[in-house]
This record gives sequence, C-alpha cells and structure tokens, in this order.
Amino acid sequence: MKKSIITVVGKDSVGIIAKVCTYLAESNINILDISQTIVEDYFNMMMIVDANNANKNISNVADELDALGKEIGVQIKIQQEDIFNSMHRI
Amino acid sequence: MINIFEVNETNKMIEQENLDVRTITLGISLLDCIDSDLDVLNKNIYEKITKLAGNLVEVGEEISREYGIPIVNKRISVTPIALVGSAACKKPEDFVEIAKNLDKIADEVGVNFIGGYSALVSKGMTSAERLLIESIPMALASTSRVCSSVNVGSTKTGLNMDAVKLMGEIVVKTAEMTKDEDSIGCAKLVVFCNAPDDNPFMAGAFHGVTEADAIINVGVSGPGVVRTALSKVRGENFEVLCETIKKTAFKVTRVGQLVAKEASKRLNIPFGIIDLSLAPTPAIGDSVADILQEIGLERVGAPGTTAALALLNDQVKKGGVMASSYVGGLSGAFIPVSEDQGMIDAVENGALTLEKLEAMTCVCSVGLDMIAIPGDTKATTISGIIADEAAIGMINQKTTAVRVIPVIGKGVGEQVEFGGLLGYAPVMPVNGFSCDDFINRGGRIPAPIHSFKN
Repeated sequence: MKKSIITVVGKDSVGIIAKVCTYLAESNINILDISQTIVEDYFNMMMIVDANNANKNISNVADELDALGKEIGVQIKIQQEDIFNSMHRI
Repeated sequence: MINIFEVNETNKMIEQENLDVRTITLGISLLDCIDSDLDVLNKNIYEKITKLAGNLVEVGEEISREYGIPIVNKRISVTPIALVGSAACKKPEDFVEIAKNLDKIADEVGVNFIGGYSALVSKGMTSAERLLIESIPMALASTSRVCSSVNVGSTKTGLNMDAVKLMGEIVVKTAEMTKDEDSIGCAKLVVFCNAPDDNPFMAGAFHGVTEADAIINVGVSGPGVVRTALSKVRGENFEVLCETIKKTAFKVTRVGQLVAKEASKRLNIPFGIIDLSLAPTPAIGDSVADILQEIGLERVGAPGTTAALALLNDQVKKGGVMASSYVGGLSGAFIPVSEDQGMIDAVENGALTLEKLEAMTCVCSVGLDMIAIPGDTKATTISGIIADEAAIGMINQKTTAVRVIPVIGKGVGEQVEFGGLLGYAPVMPVNGFSCDDFINRGGRIPAPIHSFKN
C-alpha cells in the first residue's frame, strides 16, 4: 500500500487537528498514524495517511490542503512516503 | 516507520536549504531521423522529439507535486547535430535551419533548453562538422533555447588543435553576434575535452551515439544542504568533515534516484544515469563557494582552495555512488562564476583569479565555467585558454570544459547581467601576453603516453 505523509507546521492555535481531520474525512483519506509536538510555540504535526481511496486525485488534495493551511495560518503539505524512505532508509 | 524528525529534516532541506532536483534531461537519438533532404530531416526531428517529449514537462511537474520536491528544469538532449545533419546540410545556413527547428520544438514542448547542437571532433573534423561549427554563432544568435558544445580532445585521441584554434574564433564571433545581450550566446556554448555521452547538464548536454534510443538522465543538486550540514561540524577534524559530506551527498542523491526512477516509469523511457553534481544557482545559500568557506577558507581563491575543493568533490562522489544504481555524466562540483554568489563575491574582492580557477578545475568537474572576460580578448588567447583546459582534461583523464564569455564593449571590473539561472558576473582580467604562434601551428597534439593501455 502506498502511503502519504501530511505535515502541518505553524503557529499553534485552536482546532488545527480538527480542521485537517475533517477535510481528510470528507476526502475519504484514512489516517494511519499521527505524531505531534510543539517546538518553541510552533505546532508540528505529521500524519501517515492512506490516500489510495481518496475521492479526488493527489494533486487536488495537495492544492486544497495548501489552501486550508493558509486559512488556518499554518503550512500543510502532503507528500508520498517514498521520498522520506529513499532518503532515510537503505 | 518514518518518524517526524526524519520528515522534518527532509522538508527543511527542501524549504530552507534549496534542495532540489536540478534537471530531468530526456536524451533522444535522432539517428533514425537522418535524411538527405533538409525539410524531411526537420520534419522527422520534429515528429520524433514531440512524440517522446510531449509530456516531459507535465510528468516532471506531477512528480514534483506528489513528492513535494522542486524539479527545476526539464530539458532535452539530442544526438550531435553534426552527425544528424551531415547528409542534408551543404552550408552553415542549413545547419542553422535545424537549430531554429530545435528552438521551436523546445518552445512547443515547454523545455527551457535543448542541447546537442554539437560536434565531436577530438581527432579530426568531417566537412559537416566544420560546417556545424561555423554555423554556431549564427545558430546561437537566432535561437534562445538551443545549447551548443564541441568536443576538441580526449585522453585517447589527444587534442585537435585545428578545432581549438577554430573554437577561439567561434567564441569571439558568437560574442559579437549576440553583443546586444551582453554576448549571451557564449553562455550557451561549451568547448569540451573528454565530453561524456550522458551529461544531463546544460549547456554541454548531448545524447551520445553510444546511448539507447531514448533515456532519462537526472542531475541532482544541493550545495545549500551540504553547507548547512557542515555548519554543524565547525572545528572538527577532516575525518568528521568528510563523513558529513558523504552522508549528506548520499541523502541528496537518493532523492534524485527516486525522481529518476519515477520519471522513467511514467514516461516509459529507460533510466540512464544520475549525475552527482553540486550545481550552484545565483540564489543566496545555493553556493559551492559557501561550502568551501564553511570548510575553512576566508574566501574562495585563498591558499587551500584547491585542496578543499578536491576533498569536497571526492566525498560527494563517495556518498553519491552508493545512493544510485548508475552514476554518470559529469559528477562533481561545478564552479561556474556567474551562477554562484560566493564565487562572484570572491572575484569582486580580488580573492579569485582566472589562474586559480584553472587550478581548481584540475580537481573538480568541469572547467572554466561562466566566466566573463574583456570583449577585446583575442581569439588566439581564447584558444590558448581552451588548449590549457583541454590539456588538463587529457592528461588527467577527466572531463574539462571552457565556457567563457568575451563581453563585447565591456572591460575588467564592469558587470554583466545574464539573468535567471545564468546569473551575473564581473568581467575578469585575462593574461595579455600572446600565444599566437603556438595556436597558429595547426595540427594535433598526440595522445598522452598513459592512454596506451592495451
């Protein structure tokens, strides 16, 4: 199964996770794992998701997450997991 | 499973340290387009390239979006046009028609450069090759995306000094014909010794005759990533320094390998090689000079520069080789002057001279690159510079190249603006003593003794 990684980075505020998760649910993207930390007031979250059954293509998801991020005031990216595996795993 | 720190490290490289894939270059053989009728030839070329490269840009952008990694350039390299046009072209103007056709195709498929307006004349020139070389100034003046290269020597064949002499004249003529744009034509013209068949980087890319019908070659980059990694090991010894470069180069190259494989799959064209090069851009922080300074030099050009560059180049290769299944092209650190802010600063401060740059080219790829010199530099002097650089390549069994720009109407200390990835450069002084009698001898310099390995 091909997995994707969503990262959310920015100033912490109320409801970031809720808004991102709502969007993912609406798009039929399944969350497999979430990890989150706060570094110097900065919200830092990584989600591993399964977007294979999403009801839109990954380019659209990337655009819409980007727009959602701008709305909340954080940066949201979705990337295929391979880029991280390539770099950090032999 | 991947953890948040690894994800953040990768994204920090991309967002803050200018990690990118510098180019996906699609190499296309045009040998099957050859025809003795120029119009038919041009039509065949048009059809073949647009068929194979039609969705190159689209696929590049798709991969870039899905993985979140910028892919800066999508480019095409073709079989040296001197071979492709040899049956159809009877005069230099005929070759220029092919150049214009390539320019039009590049525009249509959306690539910013198309390389391969080239001739390989390391031992001798056919009449078609001479015609192509003579057509270069006109071709570069009447196109914007075509890149040209000429291979004038190799370790196996020695140096073709007739071609070296001719290329000095061609460089000057190209400068004159594009003088309204700061002689920018010369920025798209490379004179090689030991040119590789699979180099994805412009302006020297061409698709060699040893290659398959079509192939994907990828050039990675990331000087900013290496510099940032090195800033964390300041004051440590050389072992730590070298290990850090190696590990960083490995990570950077793995991204290139992933992108190359993915592009190959989506375009249904075989993967050729990864070019492990540290390629700077004019962007702040995306500089090979900055790495050398981080290693411990006050400015590039200071004593120790050649040694620092040698170790950098070697460690990049050692790290990169394991990260990729096939390595090729130029693979080394690039030291173009106009495309690297740190190099420009070093020239402006008087730390870096043409002679020091020449020494640096002995230990890295490629050669004297993107260097602006006074517009009144003699053709024989440029031939002399080409001969020196080619001799370094021939004797050391490596690729070397010269891409100098004699800027018509400008002198030492003045600035030239090329724009975009080509950057800007201060005009550098050239040794004014003559080498006329040396260049005018004509003929060939024989291959060196260590090339006889059979």
